[in-house]
Amino acid sequence: MEKIVKNEDRRDFLKVSGSAAGGLALAFYLPTARQAQAADGGSPNAWVKIAADNTVTIMNARSEMGQDVYTSMPMLVAEELEVDINAIKVEFAPPAEVYINSLLGGQITGGSTAVRDAWEKLRKAGASARMMLVAAAADNWGVDPSKCSVSNGMISGPGGKKATYGSVAAKAATMEVPKEVPLKPASQFKIVGSTKQKRLDTGMKVRGTAGFGIDTIVPGMKFAAVAMPPMMGGSLISYDDSRAKNMPGVHSVVQYSRGVAVVADSYWTAKKAVATLDPQWDAGPNADLDMTSLWAKMEEASNGAGAVFRESGNADQGLAQADKMITAEYRLPFQSHSPLEPQNTTAHVTADKAVIITPTQFQQLVPHVVAGATGLKPEQVEVQTTFLGGGFGRRVEVDYCIDAAEISQAAGVPVKMVWSREDDMTHDSYRPAGIYKFTAGVDENGKLQALKFKSTSPSISSRLFPSIVKDGIDPFAVEGIDNFPYLADAGMNFSYVMHDTGVQVGYWRGVSHNLNAVALECFIDELAKNAGADPIQYRIDMLDMGSTKHAWSGLSAGVPVGARMKTVLEEVKKKSRFGKKMPAGKGQGVAVMEGYNSVVAIVAEVTVDSTMDVVVDKVTAVVDGGTLVHPDQALAQVQGCINMGQGVGLISEITVKNGIVEQDNFDGYRAVRINETPKVMDVHFIKSDGAPGGLGEPATAVIVPAIANAIHAASGKRVRTFPALPENVAAG
Amino acid sequence: MKVSFKVNGKSETVEVSADTPLLWVLRDTLGYTGTKFGCGKALCGACTVHLNGRAVRSCQTQIGSIAGQDVTTIEGLGGNHKVQRAWEALDVPQCGYCQPGQMMSASALLSTNKNPSDEDIDAFMSGNLCRCGTYPRIRAAIKAAAKMS
Repeated sequence: MEKIVKNEDRRDFLKVSGSAAGGLALAFYLPTARQAQAADGGSPNAWVKIAADNTVTIMNARSEMGQDVYTSMPMLVAEELEVDINAIKVEFAPPAEVYINSLLGGQITGGSTAVRDAWEKLRKAGASARMMLVAAAADNWGVDPSKCSVSNGMISGPGGKKATYGSVAAKAATMEVPKEVPLKPASQFKIVGSTKQKRLDTGMKVRGTAGFGIDTIVPGMKFAAVAMPPMMGGSLISYDDSRAKNMPGVHSVVQYSRGVAVVADSYWTAKKAVATLDPQWDAGPNADLDMTSLWAKMEEASNGAGAVFRESGNADQGLAQADKMITAEYRLPFQSHSPLEPQNTTAHVTADKAVIITPTQFQQLVPHVVAGATGLKPEQVEVQTTFLGGGFGRRVEVDYCIDAAEISQAAGVPVKMVWSREDDMTHDSYRPAGIYKFTAGVDENGKLQALKFKSTSPSISSRLFPSIVKDGIDPFAVEGIDNFPYLADAGMNFSYVMHDTGVQVGYWRGVSHNLNAVALECFIDELAKNAGADPIQYRIDMLDMGSTKHAWSGLSAGVPVGARMKTVLEEVKKKSRFGKKMPAGKGQGVAVMEGYNSVVAIVAEVTVDSTMDVVVDKVTAVVDGGTLVHPDQALAQVQGCINMGQGVGLISEITVKNGIVEQDNFDGYRAVRINETPKVMDVHFIKSDGAPGGLGEPATAVIVPAIANAIHAASGKRVRTFPALPENVAAG
Repeated sequence: MKVSFKVNGKSETVEVSADTPLLWVLRDTLGYTGTKFGCGKALCGACTVHLNGRAVRSCQTQIGSIAGQDVTTIEGLGGNHKVQRAWEALDVPQCGYCQPGQMMSASALLSTNKNPSDEDIDAFMSGNLCRCGTYPRIRAAIKAAAKMS
C-alpha cells in the first residue's frame, strides 16, 4: 500500500508505504534518497573510512543529543574492527539508505532505538571491514587470510609480516564483501561493556568547541530572526517593514510560508528589527481555544467508544461478577520539549543547490522537505548534521529546516535562522494531553479480576506517519499499556479514543509511556491500597509470566517479561528498603514498566508539607537494560530520565489560552533545577547478557507514578491531575 | 558605538549598538561561540561568563555598560581549569549545551568558596538549567574540583 501524503501543508510530498519488515517500521520510502557513499576513497564500507595515514574515521548515523551515540555507536564498530576507540575520528553521516534505522524505517534518531538497531549491524560492519582489510593484506602476501591476525589497526601475517590498515585500505575496498561475518562472543569484548570508557565528545563539550547547530558560521552568512503567528493555526495577514528596512545592519525583510523574517548582520540587529514589524495575524481556527473548553471536549470524547487494542476474556462480565469495582480517571497535561538549544538552521539556497546545516533527529527527511519548499531536487540538497543541544523528540520535526531554507532563498544569502526561546516554546509540537480511565473488578482479597481501560488523547502519528495508524489506533498512542504486564483473568478491554484538540502534538521523550504507563502504575497503586497489600508484592503476585505475544507491541519487547519484572521489583525493594518506617509527611512509592525492551522499577521517597508542596528526597532505580554497551552512559541516561520525569510529574505544564501557548520561557514552563534534584539518586543495573534495551526514555515515565504513589503514602492524597502542583495534590 | 573591553585577556574593540547584549557580541561579532544562548532572559544560565571574575548572564549584560572591563568565557577558562578537569573526569556533559554556563558558574563559585556544601552548590547553581539532567554529576564534579589544586 502506498499513498501520497502532504506533510504539514507544505509543498513537500512523501511517499509513505504501509509496512516494512521488523520493529515498528515507520516505513519511509524515499524514492530519491541518495545511495550510501560506500567504497569511496578506499573505504571498506559506509561505516568505516581508513586513510593511507591510518586515520580511522567511523561514521555515526545517529544524532548526538546527549544520549551518547557519538561514543556508543563507534564502540560497536571498533570492537570488531580492532582499533583503538580513543584514537578514531567520528563523523556524522549524511542522509543515505544504508544509515536507515531498521527499527523505525527511516534515518531517525528516536524511540530509544539507536543501540538496539546498531547492536548487530555495527559490529558486523566493523567485522566486515576488518575481514576485507585482512583479505587485502593476505592477497598482497599470497597467504591465506586465516593465517593472519589483527591487533590495534595492524595486520600480522606469517613470517613476521606486518601491514597497517592504512596501507591496504584502498585495496580492501575492492575485496569481496564477506557473506559470513562471525562476531565475537561477549566474553571477548574489550570495548563493549567497558566501565572505563569515556565519552569521545566530552573534551569538546567542556572546552566549548563542540559545534552545535547554533554555532555554525559559513562565509557570507547573515542572521535571521523571525515573527511567527502566536496562535496555533494562525497566519500572517500583513506587516510593516518601513522601519526595519532602514535600520543599520538590516539586509532584508522577507516573508516566508510561516511568517516574516529579518535578515541582518547580527542576530541582535535582526531581533530588534523584528520587533518593529507590527505583524497582523489571522487567528485561524483556534482563536477561542482554552483549557476549560479543551478538557470539556476531551471529556465528552472520552465518553464515546474507542478502538479496542487489547482484549481478552469478557471484561464486562468480569466486572459484573467482581466483589468490588474500583474506578479512577487521570489527566495528564501538554508538555514542551524545550531543548536548551533553541531551534535553528543555517541554510544556503542557490539556484541549483541547498546546503542545510542543522541540529536534526531526522536528516533523511530534510532533503525532501527542503526540495519541496525551494523547488530544488532532493539530490541537490546537502544536509550536514551538527551536535544537538538536546532533542527529546523535538528535532524529529523538520519545520525549522524548511523555514531557514525559505528565508535563505528569499534573501539570496546564506542565513543562520535562530529562534528565540519564546519562538521555540510557543511553536513546539507538544506532548499530548490526555484522559485515562480505569474500571477494575477485584475479588474479596482485592486481587484484580477484570480491567477496562480507555485513553483519550490526540494522535501524533496521524500527522507525521499516517500510514502506521490503522483502525483508529496509533501505535505510539497505546504504548506503555499495550504491553500491560499483569493478569486479569476474567477479562480485559483496553481502548483508545483518538481526539484532536487543535494543539499540534509531537513525539516527546518516552512518548505515550509517559501517559499510559503513568496512569496505569498510579491505578495499580490504588488497587494495592484497596487490597491492603504491599504494593511491590501486589504487583509481583499478578505478573503475567506467560509468553503470548502482544497484539500491539510498538517498540516494546513484544511479549510479557514477567521474570525480568519480578527481578527488578525484588531488587528495588531491597535497595530502597521499601516498607521501612517513614516519618510523618514522608512516604515511599513504587512503579515498574517495560518499555523499549528495558525493564525499570523505581522507588521514590518524598516529603509533602502542609501546603502540599512536594520535595523528592531520594530515588532508587533498578534497571534491566539487557547488555550495556557503555555502562556509565546507560547510567547517565537513567539519571537524566529521572530528572526530566520529575519535572513533568511535579511542575511542568503547557496550557493554551485564545489559541496561544501561555508559557513562553523557563519562568512559566518550569523544569527541575539542581536544588530540586534528589540528594540521593541510586541507580542499579541487573547484570544481563540479553540484547540491549533502549535506555534514553523509559525511566522518564516510571519516575512519575513512583512520585505520585509516594505522595499518597506521605499525605494520603491521590494525585489524579498532573503535574502534582500543590492544588492538584490537595484536590486528591 | 565603539566599545573596548577585554575577552580572555585580549583587548577587543567592537562597533555595535550600546544595548547589544554581551552574549551576541561574543558569539556573532567576535566568534566566541562557546557561550550559549538559551532563554534571553537570565532564566537558564547557558550564557554565563565572568565579568571581572564574577559570574554574570551575558544575555542581560549590555555591551555599553562594560567598557574597559574584563570578560572571561569558556574559551578563556583554559581547557585545564580544575572545573574542566573534574567535568571531564566524571563525563558530566550529555548534550553539553548548558555546560559552558555550568562550568563558568561553578568556577565562579569555587573562586570564592573553596569547599562548597550541597546547600552552597544549590544556591549558586540553581540559575543554571540542564534539560538533560546532569545535576548529580555537576554536584559531584564541583566537589571533585574543590579537592583539586
